[in-house]
Amino acid sequence: MQLSREELLKAYRDMRLIRDFEERLHVESAAGSIPGFVHLSAGEEASAVGVCMELRKTDCIAATHRGHGHALAKGCDVTSMMKEIFGRRDGMCGGKGGSMHIADLDQGMMGANGIVGGGPPLVCGAALTAKTLKTGGVAVAFFGDGASNQGTVAEAMNLACVWELPVIFCLEDNGYGEATATSFAFRGDQLKRAEGYGMPAVRVNGHDLFEVNEAMREAVERGRNGDGPSFIQCMTHRYYGHFEGDSTAYRAEGEIAKVIEEMDCMMLFRKRVTEASLLEPEQMDEIDAEIAGIIEQAVVDAKASPPPSAADLLTDVYVSY
Amino acid sequence: MSIKSYREAVNEAIVQEMRRDETVIIMGEDVKGGMGGSAGVDEAWGGVLGVTKGLVAEFGHDRVLDTPITESGFIGAAAGAAATGLRPVAELMFADFVGVCFDQIFNQAGKFRYMFGGKAVTPLTIRTMYGAGMRAASQHSQCLYPIFTHMPGLKVVLPSSAYEAKGLLIQAIRDDDPVVFFEHKMLYDTTEEVPDEPYTIPFGEANVTREGDDVTIVAFGRMVRFANKVADKLEAEGIGCTVVDPRTTSPLDGDTIIECVEDTGRLVVVDEASPRCNMATDISALVSANAFRALKAPIKMVTPPHTPVPFAPEIEDLYVPSPEKIEAAVREVVGYS
Repeated sequence: MQLSREELLKAYRDMRLIRDFEERLHVESAAGSIPGFVHLSAGEEASAVGVCMELRKTDCIAATHRGHGHALAKGCDVTSMMKEIFGRRDGMCGGKGGSMHIADLDQGMMGANGIVGGGPPLVCGAALTAKTLKTGGVAVAFFGDGASNQGTVAEAMNLACVWELPVIFCLEDNGYGEATATSFAFRGDQLKRAEGYGMPAVRVNGHDLFEVNEAMREAVERGRNGDGPSFIQCMTHRYYGHFEGDSTAYRAEGEIAKVIEEMDCMMLFRKRVTEASLLEPEQMDEIDAEIAGIIEQAVVDAKASPPPSAADLLTDVYVSY
Repeated sequence: MSIKSYREAVNEAIVQEMRRDETVIIMGEDVKGGMGGSAGVDEAWGGVLGVTKGLVAEFGHDRVLDTPITESGFIGAAAGAAATGLRPVAELMFADFVGVCFDQIFNQAGKFRYMFGGKAVTPLTIRTMYGAGMRAASQHSQCLYPIFTHMPGLKVVLPSSAYEAKGLLIQAIRDDDPVVFFEHKMLYDTTEEVPDEPYTIPFGEANVTREGDDVTIVAFGRMVRFANKVADKLEAEGIGCTVVDPRTTSPLDGDTIIECVEDTGRLVVVDEASPRCNMATDISALVSANAFRALKAPIKMVTPPHTPVPFAPEIEDLYVPSPEKIEAAVREVVGYS
């Protein structure tokens, strides 16, 4: 199915937003502006956007610790996120969550997660809510190749099949779980694992927004029709280290430079839409300029925002206690 | 009002809440039992000890969900469902099984609200069976409530009788925070008067079950029964015991405990949990820090030894704090000079 001009522009805009957001965090992190750990998803934009562009606001996702891209693709506010990552009081989570716990339930974003494999069981719950309340909603579990070996993922896949839940399991396979290659930590075939639980599984080029999106459209249709869960394996690469400050000594020299040159998702997208005359380069240039301004302003706003107060330490533990 | 067992009280609380609120669902291993079996029955068990019997007949399979034996999967699903609009009551068959799903409870459900800046509401109730006495040995008998009490974001409830069980469970289901509700397996067949209509017992308000002048006994769960028994016996001898059932360990009604100790000047804490970093040490610290001048004798803690729960009846009976051990502790603090 052909994406409309509006959908293409939105997809490009979202990918650009994520890329610029992450690249700016890379700079700010190196400058010491950001407390704690930051895990960047630059390079993986096509899977976040290709998946989330098929979702409604009320559909839920749970993300990984590399979750900024998922949050932005799901519609979370960029300034509010930036403030949160800077640890500010008016950030998305009041400065209490930070990068690893970015969440906005109003947008169906159930959180990045500090626990590898923490999200998939939660997503089964969101899908159960949709099924029980008959909302027609679906829920997406983003997880990485590292998480794919966790028991929670196995349990969630089985549960989703047993309860016939509208879950899309989206494995973002970027080749490394922290500093250990997937080729070491994983044996077998991810598709066969998923199929083994009884759900359709497909592997796509995670750098190609169109491939990801096509697989997602089919998966969402199955979910909304009550036909149960699906599995999508997006083959992708992260451009930066596991966390900011990671030496990436486990990677061969030039590995990422080659990926960027040959299969960067932004480059592939531009090439495809330009060659097919779907969008004009100038339209995308305009978006680039607009996003650059938005990111700059978000950082200015974040830096100007106050930190949480001493009283904030003690609030929001319970609804009532 | 009629005589009901602890088991019936728990069942009635769930039934009445499911009638009141359509978003209340229950899930767990064999809460129905028999799904997919060759007998083709809807409810082979109704819970491993029959606590959830009859629910599927009234509420149907969409609201009474049997799960695979995958605690991380379904406890996590219950947390996710709670955060997105349902009010699930998930059954963790034995509290000991928390070892395979703890992350979903304390890192996920228990922290949503704080991590998400106060925007998450997670009305999750986890019912779980605990405690020694059934010869169920080391992996089906533990009192793990101190571990949950340790975790900010969770509420922890220990009903000590049928009346308490119904009122506290209804409160737990209506509560907007994640609650871990501990049902002592040796209490299921105990009975008492329980109102037929729904009622709630607020969290964080201790129940003073006996009043006396000489010693305060703080006890939890099944140990409240033992403490009451000891208080009744010693009253005849002129030793007055105040018995405090905190009902919930998080929140904890520290004020009532401190007030009672200030009145009696002596404290015995009875806790069936392993002795290190348990409720007995917690209450002792609380009282030492806040009622030091009132104490006429050292605080006495009655707990099991620092061992796993044994199997053989002869040594399991030695393991569990008994009325005899509580009585000895009371006599010791009363006789201290």
